[in-house]
Amino acid sequence: MTEPYVVELRDVTKVYAGNVQALRGVDLAVGGGELLAIVGPSGSGKSTMLHMIGTLDRPTSGTVRIAGHDVADLSDRELSALRAHHLGFVFQRFHLAPGMTALDNVADGLLYTGIPLRARRERAAAALERVRLGHRLGHRPEQLSGGEQQRVAVARAVAGDPPLLLADEPTGNLDSAAGAEVLRVLRDLHAAGTTIAVITHDMEIAGWCPRQVRVRDGRIVADEGSGRRAPAEITIGARE
Amino acid sequence: MTRRPAPARLSPSDVLRVGAAGLRTRPTRVILSALGIAIGIATMIAVIGISSSSREELLRQLDRLGTNMLTVSAGQTLFGEEAKLPVDAAAMVRRVGPVRTAAATGSVEATVRRTDQIPEAVTGGISVQAATVDLLTTLEGRVVKGTWLNAATEQRPAVVLGSKAAERLGITRTGVQVWMGDRWFTVIGILGPMPLAPEIERSALIGFPAAEKHLGFDGHPTTIYERSAEESVEAVRAVLPRTVNPENPEEVNVSRPSDALAARAAAAGAFTNLLLGLGGVALLVGGVGVANTMVISVLERRKEIGLRRSLGATRGQVRVQFLAESLLLSALGGIAGSVLGALATIGYALSRDWPPVVPPWAIGGAIGATLLVGTVAGLYPAMRAARLSPTVALATT
Ligand SMILES: Nc1ncnc2c1ncn2[C@@H]1O[C@H](COP(=O)(O)OP(=O)(O)OP(=O)(O)O)[C@@H](O)[C@H]1O
Ligand SMILES: [Mg+2]
Repeated sequence: MTEPYVVELRDVTKVYAGNVQALRGVDLAVGGGELLAIVGPSGSGKSTMLHMIGTLDRPTSGTVRIAGHDVADLSDRELSALRAHHLGFVFQRFHLAPGMTALDNVADGLLYTGIPLRARRERAAAALERVRLGHRLGHRPEQLSGGEQQRVAVARAVAGDPPLLLADEPTGNLDSAAGAEVLRVLRDLHAAGTTIAVITHDMEIAGWCPRQVRVRDGRIVADEGSGRRAPAEITIGARE
Repeated sequence: MTRRPAPARLSPSDVLRVGAAGLRTRPTRVILSALGIAIGIATMIAVIGISSSSREELLRQLDRLGTNMLTVSAGQTLFGEEAKLPVDAAAMVRRVGPVRTAAATGSVEATVRRTDQIPEAVTGGISVQAATVDLLTTLEGRVVKGTWLNAATEQRPAVVLGSKAAERLGITRTGVQVWMGDRWFTVIGILGPMPLAPEIERSALIGFPAAEKHLGFDGHPTTIYERSAEESVEAVRAVLPRTVNPENPEEVNVSRPSDALAARAAAAGAFTNLLLGLGGVALLVGGVGVANTMVISVLERRKEIGLRRSLGATRGQVRVQFLAESLLLSALGGIAGSVLGALATIGYALSRDWPPVVPPWAIGGAIGATLLVGTVAGLYPAMRAARLSPTVALATT
């Protein structure tokens, strides 16, 4: 018997109001520990696909299975719980609370997991250590660079050790050096066994990932490579 | 089959923390919208507090003055004429068993003026009364200047002025002369306030013998003041008319002056409804302010809501967060308002020499009203926040 997929999309379509067909029948299977890039031009349906995988929205038709759960079988409450325990999100914008320290921002990410405050803080400190921000625990977002802020956001997403990390244009707001820092963090997480899907329209970043899923007009047009392999050297960015 | 995922509960302290987090970053707005609630609550607490303080003062006064005094006065005859009390009425009252002291006053047909130059019609509302020597002890009154009448001075043209009478005549010391009837009387004393006998405050008092000798007084008392043991007041009250006027007991009026004070105390407890209503309106406006702030807060924080949903917050948890924020906001106003209202009560009461009283039930009511306002004001914004779809919330620019 094979290991169940972490993500399984079967003939998924999504039609928005106004008959906008964002997804037109997507099949995708992601196994545990994979690192994959979802690439495609603007408006091709990448974010929509990520919302399906992240259970933030339900498909118009087709099946979405996340960590073995059929999303259609779960209530909104149960989907929330699934996100709290199984999923981490990183967005193009960092969504950090202003005026709150990096530590508290990350600890707040564990609020809905039922972990008590002290343990949340401890885990947050460990997560910030993992994204190499152990020396910035008490800094507020406005005291951090864009790259550092995005790493705080990554720390928040992975503090609860979710098996699946979803990143939508995580380097979209960063210069290449800061983007490279974020990629390094993703590489380390992947090496530690986290399944990661990165949305990007940056071909360089896509090429860096061991597996590339190409999307166009709401369909997957190519699926190359194996997500289990280690990613390429990080050659993007001024340094290293 | 994998277990169905179940959301974790937020601990009460976590609910408080997320509720407060939204307020911490917008202090000006928080203060302004809590201010409305604070004004409403402060008004209501102050209105209740001040009227309770005034009531407490009246009750203490009543306690101090005692409720064991009765007054007997001449009523009217069957033919509608002014009745008179018998000359020895006070002595008869003194003979009633439980009666401790009794004194009499009688209206004298005369006026009191600073000089004989002032026309007789200008009385200043001051009446001239003959008084027995034991009047002061019966009323438990006090002389603030000079002395009270005694066996010697009650014979002579000497007068003791009630507090209001002295004030109206502009007399602040003894030894001066006043014109009464058609001769000079010497002021030998000025009395303090008499809350149970305000008519004495407005009187110029002379001895019975002097009144008869100098002003043609007929010696019939018009009012008898009497004090008995507290527990026999009702019994004494029942026998007084027959004692004073055995032939025509129906022409005699008996009253208990402390009843008027007691009635005022009871009335003071019934608040000035208009002010209380104003406080209610202010509270309502404050509530609308909080609701408005919350609606804006939800609109501004769509991204935060989307993020929290992606972190695993259920709709209920988002709702609870904004309800907690609204409750905290109005509780802040409620607490500030209670403190302000209590301070206003204390300040006002102390300035009038009243004992400051802020009833605990008023504070309890204020807290209840605050929580109600916070809930009602937060309900709609919280529902809107919870209904927001995570993807739409995250897509907000
Ligand atoms: N909530 C929505 N309502 C209506 N149409 C939507 C909605 N969200 C997305 N769309 C449309 O669906 C299509 C796919 O959008 P999506 O955001 O998935 O594209 P994308 O590949 O992420 O593009 P980009 O690279 O610009 O982020 C687009 O045509 C978009 O206009
Ligand atoms: Mg997109």
